[in-house]
Amino acid sequence: MKNPTISAGAASPPDLDAVKGQRRAGTRAFSAALLVLGLGVLVSLVLATGIGRLDIRWETIAFVLLGKLGIAAPPVDRTTEVVVWGIRLSRVVLSGLVGASLATAGVVFQGLLLNPLADPFTLGVSTGAAFGVALLVMLGVGGSFLGLSPLPLGALAGALAAMVVVLVLSRESGSIRKETLILAGIVVSTFLSALISLIKSLDEESLSAIVFWIMGSFSGRGWIHVGFLLPYAVLGLIMAFAYHRELDILALGEEQSHHLGVAVSKVRLNLLLGASLLTAGAVSVSGVIGFVGLVVPHLVRVLAGPSHGRLLVLSAFTGALILIWADVASRVLLASGQELPVGVVTALLGGPFFFYLLKSRRTRGMW
Amino acid sequence: MIQVEALSLGYGERLVLQDLNFAVAAGEFVGILGPNGSGKSTLIHALSGLIAPKSGRIVIKERHLETIASRLRAQILAVVPQASEVRFPFTCLEVVLMGRYPHRQRWGSLTDDDLLWALRSMRRTTTEHLQERPVTEVSGGEHQRVVIARALAQDPEFLLLDEATSSLDVRKKLEIFEILKFLNATKGLTVLCAMHDLNLAALYCDRLMFLKDGGIIQDGPTEKVFSPEVLAQVYQAPMEVLRHPGHRRPYAVMLPLAPASREEEEILKAARG
Repeated sequence: MKNPTISAGAASPPDLDAVKGQRRAGTRAFSAALLVLGLGVLVSLVLATGIGRLDIRWETIAFVLLGKLGIAAPPVDRTTEVVVWGIRLSRVVLSGLVGASLATAGVVFQGLLLNPLADPFTLGVSTGAAFGVALLVMLGVGGSFLGLSPLPLGALAGALAAMVVVLVLSRESGSIRKETLILAGIVVSTFLSALISLIKSLDEESLSAIVFWIMGSFSGRGWIHVGFLLPYAVLGLIMAFAYHRELDILALGEEQSHHLGVAVSKVRLNLLLGASLLTAGAVSVSGVIGFVGLVVPHLVRVLAGPSHGRLLVLSAFTGALILIWADVASRVLLASGQELPVGVVTALLGGPFFFYLLKSRRTRGMW
Repeated sequence: MIQVEALSLGYGERLVLQDLNFAVAAGEFVGILGPNGSGKSTLIHALSGLIAPKSGRIVIKERHLETIASRLRAQILAVVPQASEVRFPFTCLEVVLMGRYPHRQRWGSLTDDDLLWALRSMRRTTTEHLQERPVTEVSGGEHQRVVIARALAQDPEFLLLDEATSSLDVRKKLEIFEILKFLNATKGLTVLCAMHDLNLAALYCDRLMFLKDGGIIQDGPTEKVFSPEVLAQVYQAPMEVLRHPGHRRPYAVMLPLAPASREEEEILKAARG
């Protein structure tokens, strides 16, 4: 090696072009991955819409879509149009949005807590949402509010309330500590789970409704639910992405983040809020769907590296893709034509996969 | 210029340092010395705004430290912590580029200037060859030099080091301090380093500050305060201070605790004062 001490001053300038070339190659790989995933989601929207008890050809789907966009297309019979537009496509779009939301929330929670187990569950956000629903079911609240069943609103209130309680519990002399945050999440989650069980045993009539909600499903969901989730999803995704650089730096720990000029407590609070919005929105329209927020960030990190700017974008698309197809599986898996809760499908796929990730050598070094 | 006035620091109920008063002018090279638990790290934490003072105040460039926004503070003041760990396999270049965070706009992309700062800092700390290596896979010494490169990439006016070179071997220690000395001499970088290595401090620092029993018990030019009396008082151990015939700077030699000769007994006696 050359004598480094002598070159402590300004020797020859660094080779900027070589490094920039290398970085451009990285950017190209990212763009290619993004393109593939983006096209994958678009193709999946059409393909997944065609699959179900009534098989519909993709040309027919294309005609319906063109018709809806106001472009002249051969007419399609009314029933098929309703199935394609009103039932199937809305459901596919919703599952994609929920997948993107959950995966992004997972990236944020894992990045914040530097913990592979971090996801909406560990923080009690999902259980909070489920509790909100269980409570409303027990109270027999029905009817509609702004054209929606009050259950999604209950989920949202429950999720945010759980988040607030967890934050208050974990606040120590003005700052949020990540260890106490996990502990508080587990405490709140356990407590709320117990309350849900209590509600179940008190009110046997509501049992099936609650169980259905807790397992997670897109059955019977439509455009109205897409409309309900969209503002939360968009706001949450923007908040997460706006702080992607801070997420990178927070991986260095609280102290060094402070030294690098990150307002740690404020940034953490905003990121937690963003991720809670995403989770609450998702849980409120589809119930509790596990493992998407846990597995997708791991998978993408192994393939695309730890940089959160790319990780967030690719995870959102991957999450959408995975949940779209998990929902298709939930529709066609049972020969009887009955639907499986999609939460069961993601757990069956995600559980072993997560186990593999934990044990594989490539990921172990990360934690 | 850093001014510290009637500063008391501590954790919870416990006070670690009380009523500190000192000023560090721009361009100084200050070593903060003292036995374990004397509050060196606590002082560095306070000067970097990581912990709030119990009482008193810290003024940096005519402004109260607490009132300076995080990003602005990081533009003028960088810190190299004791030991650190990164939990994700970022490449070393990515880690060094994080040092440009306080200078970057939220939605702006990386400029040539940012990249140049990072590369120059890596060259200075001889970590250029690590650019593409995951920071989780480099040795402890390499990791520490990457962290120092990141601090340099912040382009700070003040650099605080908390036992930053303790984990490095002799050669790497010297290399780092040569860089600090160079930046101190040519760019006017103000350096404050908390350290254990007496001889390293005597070799590079122009001013030494000794902490003990919750306060500063000696503060002055190295030539003046680096004496057997002060060292023995601070560390409760017998020491002899000699002057190197070559570079003319003082260095300390420790003596066994159990006196073996009369001269050593004399020194010990002087130490107990």
